[in-house]
Amino acid sequence: MDFISTRSMSKDLIEEILKSAKRFEPKKDFSQTLRGKVLATLFFEPSTRTQFSFQSAMERLGGNVLGFSTIEGTSVKKGETLVDTIRIISGYVDAIVMRHSKEGAAKLAADISPVPVINAGDGSHDHPTQTLLDLFTIKNNFKEFDGLDIGICGDLRYGRTGRPLSIALSNWRVKLHYISPPQLSMDGGTIKFLRDKGVQVKEVLKMEDAIKELDVLYMTRIQQERFPTEEEYLKFKGVYVVDKRIMSMAKEDMIVMHPLPRVDEIAIEVDDDPRAKYFEQARNGVPVRMAVLNRAITDSK
Amino acid sequence: MIEKTLKVQKIEEGTVIDHIVGGKGWEVVRLLGLDTYPGTVTLLSNVSSKSLGKKDIIKVEKKQLDKQEVSKVALVSPKASVNLIKDFEVKKKYKVELPEEIVGILKCSNPVCVTHFEPVQSRFTVEAKDPLTLRCVYCERIQTKLEFN
Repeated sequence: MDFISTRSMSKDLIEEILKSAKRFEPKKDFSQTLRGKVLATLFFEPSTRTQFSFQSAMERLGGNVLGFSTIEGTSVKKGETLVDTIRIISGYVDAIVMRHSKEGAAKLAADISPVPVINAGDGSHDHPTQTLLDLFTIKNNFKEFDGLDIGICGDLRYGRTGRPLSIALSNWRVKLHYISPPQLSMDGGTIKFLRDKGVQVKEVLKMEDAIKELDVLYMTRIQQERFPTEEEYLKFKGVYVVDKRIMSMAKEDMIVMHPLPRVDEIAIEVDDDPRAKYFEQARNGVPVRMAVLNRAITDSK
Repeated sequence: MIEKTLKVQKIEEGTVIDHIVGGKGWEVVRLLGLDTYPGTVTLLSNVSSKSLGKKDIIKVEKKQLDKQEVSKVALVSPKASVNLIKDFEVKKKYKVELPEEIVGILKCSNPVCVTHFEPVQSRFTVEAKDPLTLRCVYCERIQTKLEFN
């Protein structure tokens, strides 16, 4: 089966993947699971972390990986359409993992490809395996999603993690706290969708206005290119930073997450705090992607 | 005595699109390519109507609408109706209806949607009819403004 968008993943499927990921603990041997299967990782845009964790996941399952991490030197660079690239490569492999700058590229690939396609990020649209590993990390720390207060901070509009995470969380009774400057706030359509599903959504400008209530603080990076001037960027960059002072206001069991890479939205001094879970979250990419690959390849299209 | 009103003639065979929202008939003419249609086309704009207040009517000689054309009319004017005429009589009358999926008629409003860059037709699912809410099948963006191809 394909993994294209968070919106199209049912609650049952999400729960099944989280349960399956729990089984794929490191140090155990799963090398017979997908033995003889070949995965293509097509990264039209580079993302070392995502590509490596998919590669590691496939190899731990006993499969093999081929692919590219930049379009330099590929037929894409010569002007080949995505449609043609997928038609050709899908004939060589058992599944395709794809990162692409255009939104909806993974859906298009899945429509053409006879083998399963996993979306590893398409523009700012979606990144479903990131959402799954985010959920996995939350579940590992709290057991249940119901009743949690989850703050998502930073670039909610153009970032590719905040929106799909919110959509997935709408399967449970959670309260979402959006913390962002107005120009990077969550789009109205998504907020309406969430409220229609019964999720409480609160929007605030400053971390101080939400921090005390939160069980999870999910940080995202604010990118300079989203602002018209450097001055405006610098003004906001300093506001959305987690440091010891912010952590001192948070609950004792609140967890801090971040899809990484971070720039300076989480101060290094927070890394030693037991509530800092972003490195654990990154490690969770492997068992979650093992679960996704196993499901995608075993349950053929 | 000189006749001061010009009556619109009945058509012998063809299609009458009725109950188009007042003033929207011009857009329907353009979308269906009737501005270059070789046969007789009559557009009546802003005619009084009991149900709509003002409505537009289009009469086209020797033409039947295909599914894509009916979808186009429905996108512009969801309450329009279509009359098929033969021998000056209405042979069939139906309300326009949107299909569940709209293929190849509209452009996605998201400038970075893959449909603008690859050889593929646009596709939208109809999430709600009133108000009309369409979602791109590829980038999943809700369309706030309709832009025709």
